[in-house]
This record gives sequence, C-alpha cells and structure tokens, in this order.
Amino acid sequence: MKFIIERYDPDQDQKPYFKEYDIQLEPSDRMLLDALIRIKSIDDTLALRRSCREGICGSDAMNINGKNGLACITKIVDLKEPVKLRPLPGLPIIRDLIVDMTQFFKQYHSIKPFVINNDPPPEKERLQSPEERLELDGLYECILCACCSTSCPSFWWNPDKFVGPAGLLAAYRFIADSRDQAVNERLDNLEDPYRLFRCHTIMNCVDVCPKGLNPSLAIGKIKEMMVRRGV
Amino acid sequence: MAIPVRKYDAVVVGAGGSGLRAALQLSNAGLKVAVLSKVFPTRSHTVAAQGGVGASLGNMGEDNWHWHMYDTIKGSDWLGDQDAIEFMCRTAPEAVIELEHFGMPFDRNENGTIYQRPFGGHSSNFGEKSVQRSCCAADRTGHAMLHTLYQRNVFANTQFFVEWMALDLIRDHEGNVLGVTALEMETGEMMIFHGKATLFATGGAGRIYASSTNAFINTGDGLGMAARAGIPLEDMEFWQFHPTGVAGAGVLITEGVRGEGGILLNKDGERFMERYAPTMKDLASRDVVSRAMATEIKEGRGAGPNNDYILLKLDHLGPEVINKRLPGIREIALQFGNVDCTKEPIPVVPTCHYQMGGIPTNYRGEVVVPKDGNANTLVHGFYAAGECGCASIHGANRLGTNSLTDLLVMGKSSADSMIKFIKENDTHMDLPKDAGAFSAARLLRLDTQKNGENVYEVGNAMRQTMQAHCGVFRFPDMLEKGVAKIKEVAERAQKLEINDKSKVFNTARIEALELENLIEVAVATMISAEARKETRGAHDRADCHDRPGFVNGRDDQSWLKHTLWYKHDNKLDYKPVNLQPLTVESIAPKARTY
Ligand SMILES: Cc1cc2nc3c(=O)[nH]c(=O)nc-3n(C[C@H](O)[C@H](O)[C@H](O)COP(=O)(O)OP(=O)(O)OC[C@H]3O[C@@H](n4cnc5c(N)ncnc54)[C@H](O)[C@@H]3O)c2cc1C
Ligand code: SF4
Ligand code: SF4
Ligand code: FES
Repeated sequence: MKFIIERYDPDQDQKPYFKEYDIQLEPSDRMLLDALIRIKSIDDTLALRRSCREGICGSDAMNINGKNGLACITKIVDLKEPVKLRPLPGLPIIRDLIVDMTQFFKQYHSIKPFVINNDPPPEKERLQSPEERLELDGLYECILCACCSTSCPSFWWNPDKFVGPAGLLAAYRFIADSRDQAVNERLDNLEDPYRLFRCHTIMNCVDVCPKGLNPSLAIGKIKEMMVRRGV
Repeated sequence: MAIPVRKYDAVVVGAGGSGLRAALQLSNAGLKVAVLSKVFPTRSHTVAAQGGVGASLGNMGEDNWHWHMYDTIKGSDWLGDQDAIEFMCRTAPEAVIELEHFGMPFDRNENGTIYQRPFGGHSSNFGEKSVQRSCCAADRTGHAMLHTLYQRNVFANTQFFVEWMALDLIRDHEGNVLGVTALEMETGEMMIFHGKATLFATGGAGRIYASSTNAFINTGDGLGMAARAGIPLEDMEFWQFHPTGVAGAGVLITEGVRGEGGILLNKDGERFMERYAPTMKDLASRDVVSRAMATEIKEGRGAGPNNDYILLKLDHLGPEVINKRLPGIREIALQFGNVDCTKEPIPVVPTCHYQMGGIPTNYRGEVVVPKDGNANTLVHGFYAAGECGCASIHGANRLGTNSLTDLLVMGKSSADSMIKFIKENDTHMDLPKDAGAFSAARLLRLDTQKNGENVYEVGNAMRQTMQAHCGVFRFPDMLEKGVAKIKEVAERAQKLEINDKSKVFNTARIEALELENLIEVAVATMISAEARKETRGAHDRADCHDRPGFVNGRDDQSWLKHTLWYKHDNKLDYKPVNLQPLTVESIAPKARTY
C-alpha cells in the first residue's frame, strides 16, 4: 500500500518535504495507526505521537487525505490510495507528524477549565439531577485532540486571540454544569470581538470531531446566552 | 559537559490518576512541585478506564467498607496486605466524594446522588450477593476522572514538564533518593530534577505481553528505573488477564457490561459461568472468569471459525441502556470488533490488563525494602503510587474498580507522607558527583551502537515469549524454558540499535529506552512466576491444582508470602503478608468460591 507522508526534521532539513512509502501490510493491520507502526518498524526516523490506540487519549490526530482525524480509529480499507498524511494544519511543526500544541492548550486553559463553586463542600456529594447531568453529555467527552481547532479557518488566522472550537466546547461544559457558580464571569471572559465571536459557523469542527461532538452547537448556545444577558 | 540541575521540593514522575492526585495535594500544600510526563497529562492511560471507581457509598442499597474490605481480601486470594486494604476501603467514600467536589461528571440517580453499578467480585454481606458499588461516568469513568484531576491541577497552578521522560533514579551512596534524570523529547536534552522527595506514579507495564489492553506508553518505566537502582520488585508474577478484550485487537470491553447485565456464552450458547461460579456467575472475580473462558476454549467450546473466542452478549439490555450506560462500548465494538452490539454479541478473549505487583510500599506510599533484618525499611525520600506501586492492596488478583480507588487513595496518602517528610527534612541532600553519568552513558551507548539489535524484533521476541510461557495457564516446563528464553532476550536488549540520530523528538530513542524498562519487568515476571510453586489468584500453575489439603491449588503453608525480585543476579527474596488490619479483626484465609 502506498503512503505519502510529510517529513521534517529541523535537525537536518531546510523545509518539509514529502516522502513516499510502499509497504506490505499484514492482515492484522486494520487501522491507519497499525500501518504507521509497520512503516516505523522499517524506517524508525518517522516521528509521530500515539498512545492508547483506541481513540480515547487524543495523541495521534493528523491530516489524513486532507481531513483531520485520529490514525488509530481510521480504518485502512476506507482510505483512498496513496494515503497522504500531513501534520495538523495551522500549528508549528516540531518534527514530521508532531506539531507544537502550546497555543491550543493555552486557549483551553484560558477558559478556566474547572468547576468554580465557592460554597464550602458538603459532607456528601453535591446533588445533581439526571437531567442536569444530561446537559454535560456531548461536552465532557472531548479528548483534546485538536482535530477541530486545527481545521477551523478562524483559528488558523487568530490562534492567539480566538479560543477555538475545543476551548469553547470546554467553556460551555462548565457553563452548563449545575454545580458551577461562575456563569457570568465565564461569559465576561468571552465577551470580546475575537475570543468567541470569530466563529463564523463554518462547521468544519463538527465535520472532523472523531468523538462525534458538536462544538458549533455549544458555541451557538454561548452566543445565545450572551444575547439574552445583553437585553 | 555538566548536566543542568533544577531543584524542587517534590518531583512527581507520572501524570496519570495517581500522579495528578498526588500533585494536587502537594501543590495545595504550597510546595514547589515538578510533575514529569511522557505525554500531555490527559493522554495518560488512566483516560482509558471505563467501568468505574469502587467505594461503598451505599447510594443504591445497603453497603459499607467492611464488605468492600472483605471482597478485596478475598479477591486478592489473601495475598493483599490487610492494613493497606482496610485503609483503602475505609477511605474510598471520602476520596470519591472529594472527586465529585472537584467537578467529576458522575452519572446520577433520580435523587441526585452518584449512580453505582454492580461489578465483578463486589458483594454485600461477605459474599452473599452482588452489590452496586462502582461509581461511574457512563463507560468513560477514567476519562472523566483524569480530565477532572488535570483541570483541578490547572486551578492549583501545578508545574508540568510535558513530554519529558525520566531515565533513572538518582541515589547517593547511602541509598537516599535524590530525584531523577530526565530527557526532554523536543530537544533531546537531559536534565537532573533534584528533589527532597520523589514519587513514582508511572503506571503499568502491560506491554510485556503480545495481547494487551494497555497503551503503547505503558512500559513500566518506574519499575525499570527502580530495579536498576537496586530496589526490588514485589509480586511480579501476578498479572491480571481481563476476561473481555476484543478478540484480535486487545481493546478492552469493560466488566461494566456484565455489571449492567451482559453475559458470556460459549459456542453452544451456554451461559457457562453458571457452572464455574454458581453465586456470582458472570460477575465472579476476573481470574476466575478468565480461567473459565480459557478452559472453555481449550476444551473446544470456543466460538468462531477457529473456536478461539467467547461471545459477550448484551443485546438483551436494549439500545436504550446501551446508549445511556455503555456508549463507548458500542463505539469500540463497531470499530474494533466489527459488530453492532445492540444486535450481535462481541467476540472476546482474556487479555493482559493489569499488574498487581510493583515497587514495594506501605499504605502511606513510602517505598520499603528489606534491610538489616527488617523486611520493611523505608527508602529515604522515595514514594510510589498507582499501578506501579505495590502496597499491596490487590495481592494476587485485583477487583475491578479498585485501581481507580487506589489511584485516589494512594495518590493522596503518598503526597501526605511527602509533605510530612519535606517538613522534617527541609534541605536538599547533596547530589553525588557522578549523578547523571549512568543515564548519559546509556544514551551514548544507544546513539553509537553498531551491529546491534533491532528494537521491534527484540520487543516482539519479548512479547511472544511472555504470551506463550507466562499466560493465563502456566506450566512448569514452559516456565523453565521461559526463564532461559527471556534472559536471552534481555541479553539482546542490551545491544539495541537505532537509525534515528536526531536530537529533535527522537521517538526511536524513546521506544528503545522504553524497551529497556519493559525487559526488566518481563524478566522479573518470568523468574518470580517460575519460582512460585502454587496456584493463587492470577497465577495458575498446571502442576499445582487441587491437591489434598490445598484448596484450588493454593499453598498457604509455604506460599502465603510476597515475592521480591532483585535485578542484581535475579535474586529472589520473600516477605510475609500482613494479615493484620489497622482497626478491625483479621480475615483469615479460607477457600475461595464465587
Ligand atoms: C482499558 C483499561 C480500562 C480500565 N478500567 C478500569 C476501571 O474501570 N476501573 C479501575 O479501577 N481500573 C481500571 N483500569 C486500570 C486503571 O485504569 C489503571 O490501573 C490506572 O489508570 C493506572 O493509573 P496510574 O496513575 O498508575 O498510571 P497511568 O494513568 O498509566 O499514568 C502513568 C503516567 O506516568 C507517566 N510516565 C510513565 N513513565 C514515565 C517516564 N519514564 N517519565 C515520565 N513520565 C512517565 C505517563 O506519561 C503517565 O502520565 C483499566 C485499565 C485499562 C488498561
Ligand atoms: S463553526 Fe466556528 S469554531 Fe467550528 S470550524 Fe467553524 S468557525 Fe471554527
Ligand atoms: S471537540 Fe472533538 S475534535 Fe475537538 S478537541 Fe475535542 S474531541 Fe477533538
Ligand atoms: S492513540 Fe490515543 S487517540 Fe489514537
């Protein structure tokens, strides 16, 4: 099977280039990650991140035939040959398929990703009804893989100013938590021409999320709350 | 060139559940903490835990920590230390409530309390019937927990060193632990983290087996580092094989599936667990279920064209329950098993899952080794928690949900011990002059090796040897041959060679260093297993089955003791099991039936 992989090692290369691989896969190689590991067993200089191999750790996000996804849950049979692999777009490349995610995590941290509740904690759990808990479904499952943010044009242009779909999904996860007491503070934090309002509902984020989450919907809900708060 | 040194009060290696729980405690105590991790914290393998965290909250019906303690001791086949087990089970409710206060998105009951599901080996009233003790967030409990703990550390301003790999433990000539050497992956530079106290929270080493539920990064680095520094490894023969790994892929299907009502079938459609465990059936302890499945397959009653797997049926739960309580499982079954589990059963096989043994500690997370006639002498400044530690809570077989509990309880208690220790020893002890030289030499060897061994080939040889010689069923002749074979593989692992010579994010180098750690764990496992001449928990020897006087092949007269393996000369030593709990009466060994 043929692969074309973008390679770059700042230690020796002036700039990124594409390298072709034609390899014999085994029947046990079912996912793209299996194929990459097979390639790596022949050429150990190929650098990529990976860990869980089951789509839960968020390590192996990359651009696969033009679309962001996780190598470990992308089936080889579903891929058009030659398979073209590039690092996630819009972030600085460290080496080969490994990008520098500093900016992405900075935005995540900027939304205060923790429940804020200043009441003294009760003896037992804070009660939450099943309905209240249901509000968190589709939000808390994010694996911080960055597939969404690095497919979002608004994030490409302003990664330092626009929080991006992953960060905003997380922001809404805390806004929606019945135990959180800082909704207003959180909305203030996003009230800015860039942080939230750079999202133009292009929907790339929804299209690529490997966990089937919908950042755009969450962003819409935050915008709605802003408007309601305004009047 | 001198190796740069950075000083911290506490150095924590590992940012999984245990490392993050400890880091939080240390940060909140106002200490200067460095947390090192090979991966961004939320990518640690705790993220993959599915089924739940065990605590006797009693939200679904009567429960208490005494019952939890009994189940854990029985689950451990009496090899667990009863002081540590009491400590964990007694503290578990408080630890889980605390996690809820941190923001954990637990599933809820109608009255707003945390939802709990049944799990294997957890019972009410000392084994009478199954109990609902597993607190969960759908089948993504580990993900929810790891993210919550990370988020809490963001709040606490914990300092992380992400994508730094610790290489070796630094000890002075008196054996005091002074920190670690570590490699920054992005730059290839080495640094010394000089600490007053050092915690290992490096997780498991399930990658010594060919078929495993573990992530690629679970390479037993903490165990390798400890072993090279002269610390023995405890009870390494005990590896849990989880009954339900997806056949062919190894990816885990949580026991929560059976907790919610799923059942195991052989090729005849028989619910065979009724024969092996009449009371708990499919929810018997994992070693019991895995052994039953392996027996069914061995005797030709496996399903599939090659009769080599078992069927996990859950379609009778209905799509609603599956989508609400087990959504992740549905995804995994589709992706890795090619089945829609709302309609068809999932093909599963017992798969290597969890390491019961590890770095010997007490229930305060302090590392203890034999010295001058005392089996449990403290190693000054050294702590271990989570799957890499052995307190020993899980003994010869861990109960499901008890690892996440262990992470919370031991993460916190080890940090509390460190806080106390740092208060009493508030200066950095001097680093030995040659600190870091050993690690530097290892890196140099790797970079300059010629005509060496291929990392993938040696890794495969190790994984296949372990799988074939030290699996669910163990045979004396295979173990003996296994010892010779694994030593041979270990020889080869001393000459690993890599092509990648780059300084920048050299993953070939990382994988070679990881293999050097894995191989220590593999050797420890094989040698400890060969030596233990009994069947106990997950260690099943074909020559030690039912014998007169030894129920289920367990030999309490000779083998109610912990193994200690030393890297030096592969020496074995033993120490007694602590049968004395802290405040309640001892639970005496008896026959184990479910
Ligand atoms: C698929 C699966 C499902 C499970 N489900 C459950 C469950 O439902 N309930 C339950 O109780 N248990 C469950 N377990 C077991 C449990 O999840 C693990 O035992 C536990 O999460 C281990 O946590 P830890 O903190 O010890 O280590 P990990 O979470 O594995 O973290 C190890 C950390 O150490 C770091 N590290 C390792 N080596 C180095 C090094 N050399 N330098 C720097 N950093 C290093 C890693 O980067 C990582 O941050 C499950 C296990 C698996 C595999
Ligand atoms: S919907 Fe918004 S966040 Fe998502 S890709 Fe489009 S602009 Fe970006
Ligand atoms: S929202 Fe989806 S795509 Fe974006 S980081 Fe989270 S899991 Fe990845
Ligand atoms: S390896 Fe973890 S998400 Fe792919």
